Amino acid sequence: MPKREHLPRTPMPEQDPKQRATNFDEVTLGYTPEMAMAEASRCLACKQKPCVRGCPVNINIPEFVRKVAEGDFGAAAEEIARANALASVCGRVCPQEEQCEKYCLMAKVNGAVAIGRLERFTADWHAAHADTNHCDVSDREPLDQKVAIIGAGPAGLTAAGDLARAGYKVTVFEALHEIGGVLRYGIPEFRLPREILDREIESIRSMGVDFMTNVVIGKTLTIDQLRESGFDAIFVGTGAGLPTFLNIPGEDLNGVYSSNEFLTRVNLMNAKDFPNEGTPVRIPVKAVVVGAGNTAMDSARTALRLGAQEVHIVYRRSRDEMPARAEELHHAEEEGVQFNLLVNPVAFLEGDKGWLRGVRCQRMQLGEPDESGRRRPIPIPETEFDIEADTAIVAVGQSPNPLIRSTTDGLKTTPWGGIVVNEETGETSIPGVYAGGDAVTGAATVITAMGAGRRSAISIDAYLKALRENNNKVSE
Amino acid sequence: MTSHVSHASAGEGDWIKTSSHVCRLDNILSPSSAAYLILDKQRLSDTVVRLTLHAPLVALNAQPGQFVLIRPTERSERIPLTISHADRVSGAVTVIFQEVGHTTRELGGLEKGQSVQDFAGPLGTPSDIQRVGTVACVAGGVGIAVMLPVTRALKAAGNRIIGILGARNKSLLILEDEMREACDELAIVTDDGSYGEQGIVTDALAALTQRDRIDMAYAIGPLPMMQAVCDVTRDQSIATVVSLDPVMVDGTGMCGGCRVRVGGDVKFACVDGPEFDGHLVDWDSLRSRKAGYREQEQKAREASEEAHHA
Ligand SMILES: Cc1cc2nc3c(=O)[nH]c(=O)nc-3n(C[C@H](O)[C@H](O)[C@H](O)COP(=O)(O)OP(=O)(O)OC[C@H]3O[C@@H](n4cnc5c(N)ncnc54)[C@H](O)[C@@H]3O)c2cc1C
Ligand SMILES: Cc1cc2nc3c(=O)[nH]c(=O)nc-3n(C[C@H](O)[C@H](O)[C@H](O)COP(=O)(O)OP(=O)(O)OC[C@H]3O[C@@H](n4cnc5c(N)ncnc54)[C@H](O)[C@@H]3O)c2cc1C
Ligand code: SF4
Ligand code: SF4
Ligand code: FES
Repeated sequence: MPKREHLPRTPMPEQDPKQRATNFDEVTLGYTPEMAMAEASRCLACKQKPCVRGCPVNINIPEFVRKVAEGDFGAAAEEIARANALASVCGRVCPQEEQCEKYCLMAKVNGAVAIGRLERFTADWHAAHADTNHCDVSDREPLDQKVAIIGAGPAGLTAAGDLARAGYKVTVFEALHEIGGVLRYGIPEFRLPREILDREIESIRSMGVDFMTNVVIGKTLTIDQLRESGFDAIFVGTGAGLPTFLNIPGEDLNGVYSSNEFLTRVNLMNAKDFPNEGTPVRIPVKAVVVGAGNTAMDSARTALRLGAQEVHIVYRRSRDEMPARAEELHHAEEEGVQFNLLVNPVAFLEGDKGWLRGVRCQRMQLGEPDESGRRRPIPIPETEFDIEADTAIVAVGQSPNPLIRSTTDGLKTTPWGGIVVNEETGETSIPGVYAGGDAVTGAATVITAMGAGRRSAISIDAYLKALRENNNKVSE
Repeated sequence: MTSHVSHASAGEGDWIKTSSHVCRLDNILSPSSAAYLILDKQRLSDTVVRLTLHAPLVALNAQPGQFVLIRPTERSERIPLTISHADRVSGAVTVIFQEVGHTTRELGGLEKGQSVQDFAGPLGTPSDIQRVGTVACVAGGVGIAVMLPVTRALKAAGNRIIGILGARNKSLLILEDEMREACDELAIVTDDGSYGEQGIVTDALAALTQRDRIDMAYAIGPLPMMQAVCDVTRDQSIATVVSLDPVMVDGTGMCGGCRVRVGGDVKFACVDGPEFDGHLVDWDSLRSRKAGYREQEQKAREASEEAHHA
């Protein structure tokens, strides 16, 4: 038998690309217990735990992996739950190759230990086998103090769960009619099935967290009103939901979507089941997606699944700079998405009566590196060409929504709209108000948002504890 | 702990019955307050319905010019409707809408005692209510419902209001009494002459501007009507506010589906509007974007008609 570290990464079964490009079922099928144990046994149990450094919530990776290798999946799940409240989500959507797996010693030997897949397996196994769907309940006496969480994305959900577990009365206010943030309206179900998300949310609800949907803070209620009405601390996790457009001619033609709108119609509003569901979406025949991040890949693959015959990605830099997760790029390619690299759209072309008929593009070359360290794309003159399309989806980034900052006096924000916080504690410029996730960093990742939610929960706990002690002193 | 929230009261008019009171947020900040119960339903015409719902959180900060996003059932689209009246004391919010397609018919099919699935608001930027002198409030069709709260607020701010209401025929005219009460003067025109003067609102407006000095105009109604009013007022340099109704999804500035071009800039009607300077609006772009789902809307209407007849 070969030495375990010589075994390659255990592949994960997937739906066949041709077939899956026509359905919304999950693309990857997950490990069997045998596969998980085999994969876990590749871990070298490094003393220095380099992998843990790459995980924004510091899961004790070697420890949980060891338990998986031993077949003690329940114990492995408990180990993960200590650090991560949304394990089955992160196991699926973390850009592992940039995080935990990047630092794995095995990466240089024979491929990193598939930490994400093992995390996913463990969380799914636990959900299927445990009596309760969460690992630990409140470990403290219930407290009178109340915390308001604004935004029910990964940052807010994590902070809510942690604070409820610490004994606080937690209410989450969400603008939309459903919980989950980008996990609900952005990431499609073929990457993150709805049952998985619902299950994770249910486990947070079962810790005693109250959810109030349809509450747009800044409109329905202001942060000041929340404070006046008795919330002792507030966490802002409102994400980066404001879509960026290209500001090129033709952008208001019918058939041109922001990725947010396109994905929201399909994911949040179930437009693929129109007219049984009330919300329509344009069914693309030929679609052009602008951008190469996760959002662009999700839009392209969703367009395929709605029935598009041709889907093009248009990206102004080269393959190396594409920001999407490696796995998503690979999956998109396998499913037949066509990549037009070093190509930049310059205009949306009008066909019949205000409808899109195509996208005019220009070829680019890479010049000197810019501020971000990436080589700057420069247009090559006289290289314009048209791609025929009835649908175009603009997926070139999001920034924080101005609703909260424009209605909260004294809340410091950056020139691009991010909330300014103390990075260690998540404190904003207003005492008692904390913030984290994309609302602070701009568009980032699920797990960094969760990490920020967790750090703020710890600071909020300390802040409220100090308040309690002060009050006790006063009343003595 | 009891907590109090105070309110600004400027320019609210009488549509909110109390102006400076305090209310207990604790009472309405519980998930159970999220059952948006229909307290009252009334038909104003064959196709126009007035619903009053229990939605204390929406009532709390609502101001004239703002709207809600409503989902009648858990399968429904999110559609915007203007807040016609909000009562902070009772927590009741009124909307008035015309049954034009699938979702508005679903809503019109609900009865007193039932609940709607979702009701989020108040959304959008409130009307900028100033004392300017004489204001012409020109409204057509169901736009009269959208105009009413604005008219009341303008009146309360000390303006002289001349209302001009248009409808295709007498039976489609809504809220006449309410508008009469809110205006200093009211003209009514119908396309077929079945009530008031025969003609269209721009005729009445043109006549009015001959007779009176108009400091400002509001135009709310079907797109061609608003555009025509703007053509009249542009010639006479009368500042004109219109209320735009592009297709919306979230209503919070997240999707960009409601984008409109105003003065060359892209604006999101749900957060920057819905009210804009009518002389700067790109009407052609709005017209075509509003028609973006026409085929699908037709399909949904047919499906709901079939279901209705079955
Ligand atoms: C299409 C897409 C695909 C992605 N894929 C990945 C991936 O594969 N892996 C990965 O790690 N990351 C991915 N990301 C990024 C990741 O989803 C985000 O970084 C993460 O969701 C940020 O979490 P958050 O809690 O800060 O904000 P969000 O998830 O954006 O949640 C914010 C919530 O706050 C609500 N809200 C906003 N304003 C208000 C208000 N005023 N009042 C009340 N509620 C409000 C919003 O409705 C939303 O529900 C993707 C993003 C997108 C858009
Ligand atoms: C800010 C705002 C305030 C409004 N206030 C009122 C009001 O007080 N009373 C009233 O009767 N109507 C109002 N409307 C219009 C109302 O939203 C539409 O009549 C309704 O959405 C039609 O939906 P439907 O499914 O019944 O009809 P459909 O058959 O789907 O559509 C009929 C027409 O309504 C428009 N429409 C469709 N879906 C949407 C959508 N999601 N968002 C916006 N428009 C859409 C389109 O222009 C379409 O051509 C308002 C619109 C906006 C944007
Ligand atoms: S949460 Fe993400 S980064 Fe951390 S171990 Fe899991 S997959 Fe890796
Ligand atoms: S670095 Fe890789 S091999 Fe080492 S403990 Fe972490 S997962 Fe195991
Ligand atoms: S409705 Fe989505 S941004 Fe206005």
